[in-house]
Amino acid sequence: MITALEYGFMVNALAASLLAAIACGIVGVYVVVKRIVFISGGISHASFGGIGLGYFLGIEPVLCVIPFGIASALAIGEVSRRTRLSEDSAIGILWAMGMALGIMLIALTPGYAPDLLSYLFGNILMVSRSTLWVMLALDVIIVTVVCLLYKEFLAITFDEEFATVIGIPAHKLYLVLLCLIALTVVMLIRVVGVILVIALLTIPASVSRRFTNDMRKMMGISIIFAALFAITGLYLSYLFDLPSGSTIVLVSGVVFLLTSLIPSGHNFKY
Amino acid sequence: MAEEVIGLRNVSVRYGDMPVLEDVSLSIYQHDFLGIIGPNGGGKTTLLKVILGLVKPDKGEVRVFGGDPLQNRRYIGYVPQYSLFDHSFPISVRDVVLTGRARQALFKRYTDHDRKLARSALEVVGMLAFKERQIGRLSGGQQQRVFIARALAAEPKVLLLDEPAAGIDARVQTEFYELLGRLRQKMAIVMVSHDITAVSVHVSKIACLNRRLYYHDSKELLAEDLEAAYQCPVELIAHGIPHRVLREH
Ligand SMILES: Nc1ncnc2c1ncn2[C@@H]1O[C@H](COP(=O)(O)OP(=O)(O)O)[C@@H](O)[C@H]1O
Ligand SMILES: [Mg+2]
Repeated sequence: MITALEYGFMVNALAASLLAAIACGIVGVYVVVKRIVFISGGISHASFGGIGLGYFLGIEPVLCVIPFGIASALAIGEVSRRTRLSEDSAIGILWAMGMALGIMLIALTPGYAPDLLSYLFGNILMVSRSTLWVMLALDVIIVTVVCLLYKEFLAITFDEEFATVIGIPAHKLYLVLLCLIALTVVMLIRVVGVILVIALLTIPASVSRRFTNDMRKMMGISIIFAALFAITGLYLSYLFDLPSGSTIVLVSGVVFLLTSLIPSGHNFKY
Repeated sequence: MAEEVIGLRNVSVRYGDMPVLEDVSLSIYQHDFLGIIGPNGGGKTTLLKVILGLVKPDKGEVRVFGGDPLQNRRYIGYVPQYSLFDHSFPISVRDVVLTGRARQALFKRYTDHDRKLARSALEVVGMLAFKERQIGRLSGGQQQRVFIARALAAEPKVLLLDEPAAGIDARVQTEFYELLGRLRQKMAIVMVSHDITAVSVHVSKIACLNRRLYYHDSKELLAEDLEAAYQCPVELIAHGIPHRVLREH
């Protein structure tokens, strides 16, 4: 039987799953169609520095990850443009620096040893009520920005050069998109952890692509899949006492494999 | 004299230490249909990008409608080299063409006017029937028409086309050049190609580019220009070029 205490955890965990699914369903579609998976991986790992900073300063880590993740996103978006460094080198460097900084700051923090693993691999059962409010606010921001900039985002993800020529501030909007990825990462860190974030940014969107060629519908389908993955994973991890983040990711992976076996009307490469 | 819409004065471009364009000067006037031919890697795409302000010249000056390319490039309709887009991208033909209108009102939805322009652009290129189709599921020639419609939807005053006829079969090419002939009534057209024969038949002026530009503001090419650009005897390149285009010296 589920006890009352466990019930409270589960309700929060379910709410967190649904809130995270909205963000990663929408933003994941951009990550997949614009092929910026590696960039997203860079942003999520670099964000770990923010968690370390939060511990070191004694601030709630999630609140610290938001500015840190946005700074990483802007740095990744700008560095390759301003310097002669190639983009993937820039990403690789920030990726590792953020992780190293996070671990260093946590080690330097006096007092108890924080629960590192829960940030690296997620622990959705530890989501607090206040975190849920932060997640809701982030969802509102993401949905609002995407509604306002839907046609501009479509133009720059399809053909950035053409968008630039007709007078869309393509690079600035690209940075906005990277910031949305950073916000999504913040939400997903709670669910699956820094290292597994990339799975929920790519798998639901990749699966949804098999069902439609319309980006709006893709976003809807991908939200549904993300929610299904999270809830199923959560349930299985509860049932068999498994780590929740890894269970969610493995469930997603299995569904992805199954759907890629089904012949579809939209069989393009991903 | 017609209005100069695009002007390049002594433009040079290098990538690293490799010169790609050297001392290129060029004037394009209203209602010109300029064909620019040249071997692969000759700098044709780079020349278009310089006009569009996407590549900054190391030396020289570029004027678009008498002003800065960054300011005035929105009057240019750009049809990029075909192979460059992601064929699996989840977007319909109609939405591709609508992106030609995307700058008109940032942060707002498309207006009825935008939709009407996109629709009539698709009509002009004969692709209205395919408006719901995913872009990757069209033939190369059809995609090319859609990209022209996208450029037209922005109501350009000049059209720049980068190798538009590559990968289109001969019958469709004829229709394609007829379409450009009609568009020319309303705007100047610059078309880049490595297919000398096709270009020399349809354009009104012709230039030859291989790092340097050989151009006499006319539909005549000098045999020596062609030889210089292609670095081989003119007989090897000139078969198929009408005699009125190629002037012997
Ligand atoms: N972004 C770039 N960086 C470095 N070299 C480039 C770049 N773009 C083009 N080039 C080089 O410049 C030369 C001219 O290219 P391009 O303008 O594409 O020629 P064309 O369109 O006539 O085939 C080629 O040798 C090409 O390899
Ligand atoms: Mg080219």
